[in-house]
Amino acid sequence: MIGRLQAPASVRHGEAFEVRVLMQHTMETGFRRDLNGKAIPMNIIDKVTCRFAGIEVFSAELGSGIAANPYLAFFVTADASGELVVEWSDDRGERGRSSAKIEVR
Amino acid sequence: MRLAAAACAALAATVLAADPPRSSPLMAGVEFQSTDVRALQADAFANPGLLWVERGAALWSAARGERAIACAACHGDPTRSMRGVSARYPAYAASLGQVVDLERRINACVTENQRGAPLAMESQEMLALSALVARQSRDMPIAVEIDARSAETYERGRQIYFRRQGQLNLACTQCHDASWGKTLLAERISQGHPADWPAYRLEWQSIGSLGRRLRACYFGVRAEMPAYGSSDMVALELYLARRASGLVSDAPGVRR
Amino acid sequence: MARDAEMRRRHFLSVAGAALTGAALDAWPQTFQPPQDIAPLIAKITGGATSVRSGVEIELPALAENGNSVPMRIKVASPMSDADHVKAIYILAERNPRPLLATFHLGSHSGRAEIATRVRLAGTQRVTVLAELSGGRFVHGVADVLVTSAACLDESTMGT
Repeated sequence: MIGRLQAPASVRHGEAFEVRVLMQHTMETGFRRDLNGKAIPMNIIDKVTCRFAGIEVFSAELGSGIAANPYLAFFVTADASGELVVEWSDDRGERGRSSAKIEVR
Repeated sequence: MRLAAAACAALAATVLAADPPRSSPLMAGVEFQSTDVRALQADAFANPGLLWVERGAALWSAARGERAIACAACHGDPTRSMRGVSARYPAYAASLGQVVDLERRINACVTENQRGAPLAMESQEMLALSALVARQSRDMPIAVEIDARSAETYERGRQIYFRRQGQLNLACTQCHDASWGKTLLAERISQGHPADWPAYRLEWQSIGSLGRRLRACYFGVRAEMPAYGSSDMVALELYLARRASGLVSDAPGVRR
Repeated sequence: MARDAEMRRRHFLSVAGAALTGAALDAWPQTFQPPQDIAPLIAKITGGATSVRSGVEIELPALAENGNSVPMRIKVASPMSDADHVKAIYILAERNPRPLLATFHLGSHSGRAEIATRVRLAGTQRVTVLAELSGGRFVHGVADVLVTSAACLDESTMGT
């Protein structure tokens, strides 16, 4: 699954920085019907996890009430330089991943 | 033959002499959107249309068709080779002998040069590639050519623009020239310029082509919607582009 | 760690699904729904504990142009220390067919109890944000939004 991640390349020790994620997904609610009246099955990203240097620092469970092409912004603090990894999965087992190296000054 | 050429040139001269009436001041469609939508279009990270631009960049480098070559093989880095291209569309394509929009031009490359199956209109792949190409005209003025080869198409587009149609019996000009800025069902009517397309429309929860937006306009006046890439659609798009001459492009846009 | 995540997921699903089931869900988009009483849903999340309306700031447009995508920013006042931090944030929309829109899990590593996302709103309604604090307390905030084009319901232009 395509997605983008934005995080500062360099941050100050212990200072909260914003991480932004944008994931491409229709987030099909299961309520829509096609032009023949048949219900379009539900299909959503339901889980997002963020790890920094292997430790989980943020996670979310999303429902069909999150807009298509989900956007999330949250904050993280770091003590030492490391890799920030965001992973997400949908209710059909499709997965996505994006990462960024964060340098701690 | 010479008579036909002379007639074409005469028509071109008349048409060029009668450039489209211009909205004053010329305002981009995004200026008629809410603060949140405008902020989203300007957001270089969170603009959802950029997901398709990224997908387009991946497709650009992927081998395709019988000849198994990527767009990149001939066109290299799209940020250089495609700069300013979409700002000139719709345009006359010599290999097709007619005026085409960007999507049909992309498909001409896919079928003739890559020898691949044509991409379906409004398919994810077509939207991704056209979003990528349109993005490369960002901050550049719309600048379509009307010459002897495109004069007839332009004139047809002009007639469509000024013709009343649909059950509501409305012509494009009545909303987008006479009533822009006014409120219609809680929305502000824009001047109807094509500069930010393809655009991510919140209503569609997806990016869509200018053609899709125009079809929605036809639906709005309860007129029969022209087919994607049809000659009527291209003619109208050409007229709209000419009418928007000089307006700076900012694709992919975001709309309500 | 994985077990915690799985337990959280199950809890989320059981709470999210609690609002409506089966036939009611099927018929949902056909009629315009009035706001539901989400007090039972909140009670399920808090385990019966009362929540105090304090310290939760919600940034939502007063008028959402399209309910399909409404930008939202949430700020919960908290030192975000090991001893005192926000553990989870829940977004509830009283008029949506599935009122629990999302759950966010934070911790002392977060630095700030601040989230932004884009939600779907099925009509004009009150949005409630519930925050679970590390000591077991709950706080919440509310915001009213006017929605002109409702998500989940206004599909009349699907063919365009």
